[in-house]
Amino acid sequence: MTAVLVIATMAIFATMALALIRALKGPTIYDRIVAVNVFGTKTVLVVALITYVTGHADLIDVALVYALINFIAIVAVLKLVKMRDLAKAGEGDITDG
Amino acid sequence: MAETVINVLSAIFLLAGGAFGILGGLGLLRFPDFYSRLHAAGVTETLCAVLIVLGLVLQSGFSLLTIKLLLILLFLLFTAPTATHALARAAMVDEVEPEVIAKQSSENRPAPGEPSSNI
Repeated sequence: MTAVLVIATMAIFATMALALIRALKGPTIYDRIVAVNVFGTKTVLVVALITYVTGHADLIDVALVYALINFIAIVAVLKLVKMRDLAKAGEGDITDG
Repeated sequence: MAETVINVLSAIFLLAGGAFGILGGLGLLRFPDFYSRLHAAGVTETLCAVLIVLGLVLQSGFSLLTIKLLLILLFLLFTAPTATHALARAAMVDEVEPEVIAKQSSENRPAPGEPSSNI
């Protein structure tokens, strides 16, 4: 069963590599942000898989916290890119319209 | 007997999750414009998470680990579509153009932020 877990982990690592290539290639800033978003989600899954491969049950807390931080980070970076300022609101905001 | 069935089911879920992950990554890398890349990433991302978490839940049965895994799944199912929506919204407001509309003439192009279905 460990072999299946390792194969799934390797598949997720391959996905993270593909997402990194897209993050480096661009071309728009949004391509980079969506690639980093995919990378973060896959990190959560990899940490959950590694919990089962190694048997350290504590590691699942890391995945839980990462899942929360990842979303906040993506929305914060998106807002910073759109408005150039985290405190500013108005025309062209990510919640605009 | 029951343990074998559960192991096989879990392996199927895990391998399918890994396969969907790679498909999403390939789509993210190969698709031509931003919105189709968002489609590939955003759709396969939730499916991959669901399959892998279900596979892992079948491994551990009823335990604290299962509850935490299901919490992770709950968070991912809320946040991944929200992040995808916010990205698509921001790109539309910022006039990132889909490739199909970019090939049309400039008169009947919808205004930025308008849905493209009414042209």
